[in-house]
Amino acid sequence: MKTDTVIKNKDNTHAGKEVDSKDILRILDKHNEDRGGLIAILEEIQAEYGYLPEKSLRIVGEETGRSLVDVYGVATFYRSFSLKPRGRHFVCACLGTACHVRGAPRVVEELEQQLGIKAGETTPDWEFTLETVNCLGACALGPVVVIDGHYFSKVRKSRVGQLLDEARKGFDTIELGKDKRIFPINVSCPHCNHSLKDETFAIDGYPSILVNVSSDHKQGWLRLSCLYGSYNFASEFDVPTGLVVSFLCPHCGVEFPSTSDCSVCAAPMVPMLVEGGGIVQICSRRGCKNHILDLV
Amino acid sequence: MITLKINGLDVSVEKGTTLLEAARFIGFPVPTLCHMDGLSAYGACRLCVVEIGEGPKAKLVSSCTYPAEEGLKVRTASARVLKARRMILELLLASCPQSKIIQDLAASHGIRQQRFRQEYEDCILCGLCVRMCEEQMMAKAIGFRNRGEKRSIGTPFDIKSDVCRLCGGCMYVCPACQLRCTYNEPEKAICGACANLTPPCIEKEQFDDMMCYMDPCVACEIEKDK
Repeated sequence: MKTDTVIKNKDNTHAGKEVDSKDILRILDKHNEDRGGLIAILEEIQAEYGYLPEKSLRIVGEETGRSLVDVYGVATFYRSFSLKPRGRHFVCACLGTACHVRGAPRVVEELEQQLGIKAGETTPDWEFTLETVNCLGACALGPVVVIDGHYFSKVRKSRVGQLLDEARKGFDTIELGKDKRIFPINVSCPHCNHSLKDETFAIDGYPSILVNVSSDHKQGWLRLSCLYGSYNFASEFDVPTGLVVSFLCPHCGVEFPSTSDCSVCAAPMVPMLVEGGGIVQICSRRGCKNHILDLV
Repeated sequence: MITLKINGLDVSVEKGTTLLEAARFIGFPVPTLCHMDGLSAYGACRLCVVEIGEGPKAKLVSSCTYPAEEGLKVRTASARVLKARRMILELLLASCPQSKIIQDLAASHGIRQQRFRQEYEDCILCGLCVRMCEEQMMAKAIGFRNRGEKRSIGTPFDIKSDVCRLCGGCMYVCPACQLRCTYNEPEKAICGACANLTPPCIEKEQFDDMMCYMDPCVACEIEKDK
């Protein structure tokens, strides 16, 4: 049997991702009720690609009936929008008045030196983009540095190296055993009550949860992390984001009986029994992270 | 009808008339740069400033955007107005000293020197060309980009716009940007500028569908100097 394993990380933003007009149309679809929501649309596109590709602006203009000039004007007006691809990690240093007098220029200098780039540039390996802003509104905590959405206050020159190292590792990595919100669960099929634990394949260092998924007459295995709070998974075939798949038990072959719909995207929720009593429900749409845990 | 007093004269105008239109209607000259009949009022250049109200409550407003109000007392040439206007002109002159229109306006207001550092910008961001493109030419090929000190006018992504018909309207209305000729970079050309002028430019390279409103053609002069 061919086991072409595709391990996906939830962080799918990287520079150079191809612009797919379908993705843009999907984002536009979500906002088609409020005609004034140009900024919301652009924010979402930026979240998808890390920047605003030229092609996406043209599509937004055409689809929303706005001229390209207006879309471009808004996209260049706000500092938070970027028309240039950004690196994997986005470092943003505040140079507002309060941060400035508390030594932000020295922090920026250190950042520039350690990364080997000037503010507004991206490292050649697409790891870091450094930018400065004029105020983040957290003046009492200055100098403020924001890395990948995480705020760091009263940053000193000496702390810069450590922050960059942390960023390289990723702030979102799960620290098993340290974080109490993340714990392993054992689940079983609600139909045959057979455990879904798969000792042969580990995700996040724990035995994975093995289920079968099917969509478009294609069927294959899907392995989920058994850690509650981790969204890492591996699958036999690549499921495109936004697609709803049906989950089947690999032991009895019965589809998990859905009893409710996702409150976020309206796709069926997939129930699984939790060892020790209780039900965990996960959304069947690829990319949707909605889940409910009911413990008895 | 609304009755107001302009420089002590009673004027009756229709509702919705701006102070600028009312003042010009009875013959008081108000200088403007960013105003043009047929285009929406924008209030960018502030040259049309007038004083309204009386005593300590008197204030300066841009007459091109201020609608006439019943009983309003307007002065179009008080000492305060003239002082403000001279300062505006001096600043405009500092940013665009090469503009013939600004030079003439400054001269007519008695400005003999300006105290600020000259910047030789080719744009005063009056927005005339943007409004011309949108409202009269129905194209929306150019618009404002960025903000603050980086604000500029141009096409998206700085490449020739798909909706631009090379009508040249933007160059025609521009009071300042006579250096924006893009002959050297025809890919970015907004109007095509000087390429049709004989004798100089057209002989260097062939651009069939371009027009030029520039008199004299500055780009050619620059080329000649080199």
